[in-house]
Amino acid sequence: MDCREQLDILQNIGDCPAFAERIEDTIRSPLRAAAVDILQLNIGKRCNLLCKHCHVGAGPHRTEAMSRLVLEQCLAIAGDSGISTIDVTGGSPEMNPHLEWFLDEAAMLNRRLMVRSNCAILLEEGYERFIDIYAANRVEIVTSLPDWREQKTDAMRGRGIFAKILEAMKRLNRRGYGAAGSGLILDIVHNPAGAYLPGSQDSLEHEYRLRLAQDHSVSFNSLYCITNIPIGRYLEFLIRSGNYSDYIRDLCGAYNPAAVERVMCKTTLSVGWDGTLYDCDFNQMLDLPVDHGAPNSVFDFDLELLRNRPIVVNNHCYGCVAGAGSSCQGTITA
Amino acid sequence: MTHYFDTSDLEDFPNIGEFALDSGKKFFDYYGAATGAGKLTDREKALIALAVAVTQNCPYCIDAYTTKCLSLGVSSEEMMEAVHTGAAMMAGVTLAHSTQMRKIIKKKEM
Repeated sequence: MDCREQLDILQNIGDCPAFAERIEDTIRSPLRAAAVDILQLNIGKRCNLLCKHCHVGAGPHRTEAMSRLVLEQCLAIAGDSGISTIDVTGGSPEMNPHLEWFLDEAAMLNRRLMVRSNCAILLEEGYERFIDIYAANRVEIVTSLPDWREQKTDAMRGRGIFAKILEAMKRLNRRGYGAAGSGLILDIVHNPAGAYLPGSQDSLEHEYRLRLAQDHSVSFNSLYCITNIPIGRYLEFLIRSGNYSDYIRDLCGAYNPAAVERVMCKTTLSVGWDGTLYDCDFNQMLDLPVDHGAPNSVFDFDLELLRNRPIVVNNHCYGCVAGAGSSCQGTITA
Repeated sequence: MTHYFDTSDLEDFPNIGEFALDSGKKFFDYYGAATGAGKLTDREKALIALAVAVTQNCPYCIDAYTTKCLSLGVSSEEMMEAVHTGAAMMAGVTLAHSTQMRKIIKKKEM
């Protein structure tokens, strides 16, 4: 489903007001950024997996990859602009041929450095070395594990993937990741395996910690709950399964005004594989670049114009302010 | 009104205090405190609520607490166990009440 088609569908939200109107009612002004603190780089759409909930539409067939030129520009931005966190995502970031070089360079900037890895790839030939590369550069690893049960995770990510992720996590644990005091961070992302919102992050973290330790002797640092945003393959699932209207109604019904001031787009800037700037990775996948007069390319980066930019919103944004709120760092309200 | 139960009526739950705001607020304060995590986890409480919802045939509560259980990572098997516990309780409650019947029978029959 292309971006235009997805945006058309997202205009069908029943009795719920458009997100932009709801925001205006809540904060009496459009949503604006407050800083550029996190630079999130989507360095490519190629992936060894083909997950059913993927909002990127990533897979082995994709060829888009961030070039070294764009990566160099991102390093220059991160070095000059007071950005605290470099958050690398994809696709599978490891499948970008420049990742190793980029991490070596980025680590020298002494920023918080994160890679969102599906971990299953760390078992594949040619990619095992990334465990050492990550550890050497003190890279924080964030891995998606939709459920602690094999059947549910495999239903979303593909048969046999749960076992691979757990094996990779064991290897990371042996390398010091997820161990208290090591300084090597291994976090888990939980996405609901169906048409419902995530429950309490604390409860789910407790449950994951217990089950993964008991059943697999695997440890991790923190668990982030991320609401499935109704775009990409997840949107296709909602429509195919007849859940779209109910899910949108649930998102709108769970609108939490307290989450509005904490949404990630207020402090995050997302960079696409070709250097285009977006307010978040979800806008990136809907082809909604930074707008309202702010520059939309890394090559025109202007911190003054970007740090107070109006955010481009649409109805999928309900996903980030439903319930406890959702971001790439998990829930955003207590 | 063409039918009694409507899925979208669940959204009206926050408004059930209408016409009795003070009592409604007291109910919601109590409801929130009683169903939130305490000595029991929110998973345990969601399962209790689901079992009660099913035994009391409340379609709204069944919808709400099945979804809440899914959100909290409760498995289908755990939910079904809770339903069987509720079903067994209902059967037990029914059979226990036959005590009255049996006492009356024994008293009245020659």
